[in-house]
Amino acid sequence: MTVSNPSVARGGLVLPRYEPAVGVHPPLDSPEYKSSGLRHPKQQLIALPQQLTEITGPLFGAERVGEHDADLTAGHAGEPIGERIIVSGRVLDSDGRPVPDALIEVWQANAAGRYAHHVDDHPAPLDPNFSGGGRCVTDSLGHYRFVTIKPGPYPWGNHYNAWRPAHIHFSLFGRAFTQRLITQMFFPGDPLFALDPIFNSIPTEAARQRLISSFDLDNTVPDWAMAYRWDIVLRGRTATVFETQEGK
Amino acid sequence: MSAGITPSQTVGPYLELGLPWADGPFVVPPGTPGAIRITGQVLDGAGTPMPDAVVETWQADPDGRFDHPDDPRGAAKPSVAGFRGFGRSTTDGEGRYEIVTLRPGPLPTPDGGTEAPHLDVSVFARGMLDRTVTRIYFPDEAAANAADPVLSAIADPSRRATLIAEADGDGALRFDITLQGDRETVFFDV
Repeated sequence: MTVSNPSVARGGLVLPRYEPAVGVHPPLDSPEYKSSGLRHPKQQLIALPQQLTEITGPLFGAERVGEHDADLTAGHAGEPIGERIIVSGRVLDSDGRPVPDALIEVWQANAAGRYAHHVDDHPAPLDPNFSGGGRCVTDSLGHYRFVTIKPGPYPWGNHYNAWRPAHIHFSLFGRAFTQRLITQMFFPGDPLFALDPIFNSIPTEAARQRLISSFDLDNTVPDWAMAYRWDIVLRGRTATVFETQEGK
Repeated sequence: MSAGITPSQTVGPYLELGLPWADGPFVVPPGTPGAIRITGQVLDGAGTPMPDAVVETWQADPDGRFDHPDDPRGAAKPSVAGFRGFGRSTTDGEGRYEIVTLRPGPLPTPDGGTEAPHLDVSVFARGMLDRTVTRIYFPDEAAANAADPVLSAIADPSRRATLIAEADGDGALRFDITLQGDRETVFFDV
């Protein structure tokens, strides 16, 4: 419902408002994911009004991206082992507008399901030609593109015989503090989806499906690399700042 | 209403492969006159330091302005060279983060009020399926803090106090982020 809001007129500041992400994100308290037990607030979250600090945010772009950052197979002495893939898509607001010139950061395991990280003790080989971190910037229409190798699934200690579905971590700034998002992209048809408490912490099947990329023949490069497509949707602005605050 | 928004997932234990920046903690370049060092520990529900978290901050410049097109007062280049508003620090083995910044100016609100100087904070970690959001306020801004609409909306003074950094000698500030327990930090839904 729309109503006029005299308080906006009195202060003279008219701020955009980002829609609440109702029923989209996993609850911080998700008991099936054991590590969440001691790492979620027990007290009720307090509603933070969206004021100047929240509707602005850092606008990082190409200045934070190096020459090889969008190609995780480059920058080493040789090629990494594994299935070379292209991952691309668009970053959009939930009101359908592209998010241009926005920094994306990614990290992932290698083809054997091993992270190049001292904490990872999975007995699978490290790859001297794969570090697993990358960056790129969306173009004026919100498009992004990485070249990498397909990460492997790997075991973890959450419960007996627990395995994470193969995934790539994505970090996005959008254009405002309200839009900040860190998430994971999965691959189609993974048999581990039904067993993964992190994936299943997302409250609805529809929202879970949004983390699964699709095979992308159009962007597959013949004789070189298969492609996967994954679009990312950040919270968008509501139509008008005069809307009442509902659904928080 | 929220059709299509991409859900959050945890950063997991290996965020060091993707998120650290060499200049991450420096909202202003090292050596900037008046720079404040804010440090603290991120602590879990057992009081154990979290060595695998990342803390990010976002704030106005010392004049209370943002170099951002959505600020209806207009985007303003910061008056201090190299100020970027954003800080990022991974935690060390003792759960400690560090941000080097300048005190932001106060901010007008749409209803004619004023927000006290503050930093917005996001915390990401293994075990967190979504970020947690809090704010850092300054201990020597008693009058401004008393008039701040966000602080004022928190009825319990002991809860409110969790959002105010402590003086830590030499102009430095300490701000611990405590996920559970008697000293649980106030976290926000933004």
